[in-house]
Amino acid sequence: MPPEQLVHKIPAQPAAATRPLVEEFKFGLDAPICLTWELTYACNLSCVHCLSSSGRRDPRELTTEECFRVIDELERLQVFYVNIGGGEPMLRADFFEILEYAAAHNVGVKFSTNGTFIDAAAARRLASMDYLDIQISIDGADAQVNDLVRGEGSFAAARAAMDHLAAADFGPFKISLVVTRHNVSQLDEFKEIADSYGAQLRVTRLRPSGRGVDSWAELHPTQAQQRELYYWLLDRPTVLTGDSFFHLSALGDALPGLNLCGAGRVVCLIDPVGDVYACPFVIHDEFLAGNIRNEGGFTKVWRESDLFLSLREPESEGACTSCGSYDACQGGCMASKFFVGLELTDPDPECVLGNAEPYLAALATAGTAVPSSTADHSRPGVPVPSPVTLRPTRRQRV
Amino acid sequence: MIDLEARYQISPNVSLRPERFGALAYSFDTRKLSFLKHPDLVRVVESLKDHESVRLAFEAVGVDEARWPSFLNALATLETSEMIRAA
Ligand code: SF4
Ligand code: SF4
Repeated sequence: MPPEQLVHKIPAQPAAATRPLVEEFKFGLDAPICLTWELTYACNLSCVHCLSSSGRRDPRELTTEECFRVIDELERLQVFYVNIGGGEPMLRADFFEILEYAAAHNVGVKFSTNGTFIDAAAARRLASMDYLDIQISIDGADAQVNDLVRGEGSFAAARAAMDHLAAADFGPFKISLVVTRHNVSQLDEFKEIADSYGAQLRVTRLRPSGRGVDSWAELHPTQAQQRELYYWLLDRPTVLTGDSFFHLSALGDALPGLNLCGAGRVVCLIDPVGDVYACPFVIHDEFLAGNIRNEGGFTKVWRESDLFLSLREPESEGACTSCGSYDACQGGCMASKFFVGLELTDPDPECVLGNAEPYLAALATAGTAVPSSTADHSRPGVPVPSPVTLRPTRRQRV
Repeated sequence: MIDLEARYQISPNVSLRPERFGALAYSFDTRKLSFLKHPDLVRVVESLKDHESVRLAFEAVGVDEARWPSFLNALATLETSEMIRAA
């Protein structure tokens, strides 16, 4: 996360004392601004691009009591809100208990769901709670496009959840989509769906993380589509992006937001078993900072882990640091580079100036294998939905 | 627009988290986050409720008059985002 929804807008304020805010953030804060907390790896869907390769519950997942201790710690650290996800977080039997505990301890919750378990009763219960934001995921503006990526029936389930929330008077929820080659032409339709509910639209970037490693090459937007997306977003500053498209800022004016990779600096991920990763898009041993079950808990991992301290060091020199657009684009997304096999100092694989092409071509020529998952919870034998253009994924071959 | 002669206060359900650059401000009501980009601004915001006017708060914190316009701008932004409001 991206610095998911970090900032609504950075207000114009007195010139900072020593250095600009973005520079401050690069050196890391004593506590994250916000973080993502995945409650379970269990999921009823098997989306092709699932960033956490979810499917099966992990037997080591945090107990209710341990979840409460995490919330206590976040309250002490004044982490004002968490982005709860999964897997499908509503599959946890103690889901509502966790939400209620968080609200009672001044930790606001925004949770992401595929909507399957929001029936009329759940919607009424959610509507009665404080400090709560809900984000329902769809990846197509109609069942045809959506279900190719998220599985049959998933569009209808998400729309039913939206209808229930509207009927329960939940207020403005969020509709979240990951931009792909197939849905980029539907952006206006997504916006219409959101407007029809008085909901906010949130558009985020597809990364080759989790199961996305297998589908990214065929799903990520083309260069022409990226430009289209950039202008669409520039014209619609109220559309939320979780700050995830800052690599597009190399095309001209910066998009609203922090425009920086916050991984391990101002954001991070706590996964269902308590492992702390630099961000939700890098669930891999290389980016594992520690586990909250160890002495010192989350605070110690955040403040002292070697990985996080190294992410707060000044960036190493590379193709990006010498690029004229570096200030705007910051070299793009670490996760995207890593999972296609690039070095972290190389250009973003979707570099809008095309600077990644020679590096990607060299990888292809050398036949370099992409990093394989170190935490795959896909359900064995359950084929992930496959857009017609997609080749069978690794897991289907197993 | 901030009225220099009026009293303001931090809105209900807004929390500040001190940082070396200033503070994070979060509203649990609007669920929005803002940044206070200078420690002096944090001191001003925290002392608003104790002073009859913004002017007196500036003076109490020792904000140089030359910096008032930028502080007023910052306060106006915080008012728009409902982090502070007229008392
Ligand atoms: S690695 Fe990518 S997704 Fe993660 S915080 Fe950085 S830019 Fe965002
Ligand atoms: S070369 Fe790097 S810094 Fe320059 S535009 Fe491409 S990704 Fe961004």
